[in-house]
Amino acid sequence: MLHIENVSKLFNPGTVDEKIALIGIQLHLKPGDFVTVIGSNGAGKSTLMNIISGVIKPDTGLVNIEGQSVGHLAEYQRSRWIGRVFQDPMAGTAPHMSIEENLAMAYRRGKNRGFSFGVTTARRNLFKQELSRLGIGLENRLRAKVGMLSGGERQALSLLMATFTRPQILLLDEHTAALDPARADLITSLTKEIVRDMNLTTLMVTHNMEQAIRLGNRLIMMDKGKIILDIDEERKKDLTIERLMSEFEQISGTKMADDRVVLG
Amino acid sequence: MELFLKIGEGSIQLGLLYALLALGVYITFRILDFPDLTVDGSFTTGSAIAAVMIVHGFSPWLACLGAFAGGLVAGACTGLLHTKGKINGLLSGILMMIALYSINLRILGSPNVSIFGSDMVFDHISPITLMLIIVIAFKLLLDAFLRTDMGLALRATGDNKQMIRSLGANTDTTTIIGVSLSNGLVALSGAFVAQTSTFADATSGIGMIVIGLASVIIGEAIFGAKTVFRATLAVILGSIVYRIVVTAALRIEWFEASDLKLITAVIVIIALVFPAVRSKVKQKGLAKKRSAELLSNIQTAPYSKPTGGEQ
Repeated sequence: MLHIENVSKLFNPGTVDEKIALIGIQLHLKPGDFVTVIGSNGAGKSTLMNIISGVIKPDTGLVNIEGQSVGHLAEYQRSRWIGRVFQDPMAGTAPHMSIEENLAMAYRRGKNRGFSFGVTTARRNLFKQELSRLGIGLENRLRAKVGMLSGGERQALSLLMATFTRPQILLLDEHTAALDPARADLITSLTKEIVRDMNLTTLMVTHNMEQAIRLGNRLIMMDKGKIILDIDEERKKDLTIERLMSEFEQISGTKMADDRVVLG
Repeated sequence: MELFLKIGEGSIQLGLLYALLALGVYITFRILDFPDLTVDGSFTTGSAIAAVMIVHGFSPWLACLGAFAGGLVAGACTGLLHTKGKINGLLSGILMMIALYSINLRILGSPNVSIFGSDMVFDHISPITLMLIIVIAFKLLLDAFLRTDMGLALRATGDNKQMIRSLGANTDTTTIIGVSLSNGLVALSGAFVAQTSTFADATSGIGMIVIGLASVIIGEAIFGAKTVFRATLAVILGSIVYRIVVTAALRIEWFEASDLKLITAVIVIIALVFPAVRSKVKQKGLAKKRSAELLSNIQTAPYSKPTGGEQ
């Protein structure tokens, strides 16, 4: 499904500020994989997300989606395969447009945008049906401006917009980190439900160790631009936070340094 | 009374003539969030193309179409400079405006061209009636366009670029389309203005961006902009209100006709500052009131639990 071959990325190459963001990354995702990604500050988690989605281009290496090389494609061109939810609840929706208009834009993900109306009666019914899956009453507020919604509601809408067209790959970039605990729990359980129901191939960055262990069928840990630990489904079943931390210390020789880490 | 009617009629006519310009400025300034100064150049481009085509015997409607096309091209150039050339938006508009000044002189062949006595679109119908029909038609077309898939992407480009890009729209393309359409409308406005004044002048575009902005801001402040339908209507009415205010101000004896642009600038400044100050004062008042309320609650019931707590 997703193949990342030998990807490296340097920031500020050749200057005193040179920083290795990613070095020799190999990652292969099977269809239906739900991989959680953890790692210390500056480990390269966000860079990896940005390389997959095409926001930044790697210095070396290949990115393949469904057997097709996408290295030369811009972010907007890759969107036909990739749905993405950002950390900032404000980032995934257009605040001055209505809920139904936001959904209409997501509905055309990766397709040509022409002169047919974005919101039609048929589509509105579809949007209502999809919104009711969230269970937070948004289906009755189709014409409300998204800017009027709370952070949690906006993030739930972002999640729906990223997934309801069934993208081949779903990227979740710490998408619960900016929410209060109750809202974060809601989004986490919605994520679990949607990914399971639609069988989406998912890559989720998180700072929440407990969440990283509980969700998904595979866990990878990154440090200094490399994947240092790759835990498969079997071993993940009886993984604990303590064991994960001690494995990290053994491999990297340092303590996990993440100022935002949540142990759960 | 008669005087007021006369002022009113003249203002409505002028307001409608410049309403297309205001709609154009609304597209860039409000929808795309792109401060486009091309307008000062493309307005003249529109009147120049229309005047020259009319002088050469083309039908006045064809001349309007030519002006619209000229504006589209000018806007597309600004859009290209900004998106592909990565030039700051404000600067791309200024560069294009300066370039257009020379281009407009080339089109005109002299600083001004008279079309007095030639066939014009207003020959058989009063300017107010015709402009009312045209402005309403363009308003409805624009409303419809902004509800299409492409129109939604255009609006999202100004609202949340990162998001619409992650949904697969090329924001460079939507920006170019928006700026282009905006300047097409501005140039069309210039074509109609040239036909009512019976001449085209190389300097006629100076200050047009501010007039457009004044219409947008006044319209939104008075009539609201909750939906696209409301906003475009507000912009058109704002264009008319602006003309009424200016006409009324110029009737004050101390002012001279040459003070027009100063008055316009002052109107825009007031329209920009007033809503901000008003909402700040309102916010402060509300905060004071709420604090006092909460404070008195505490004083009257010092040991009661906050509402919503456990029983």
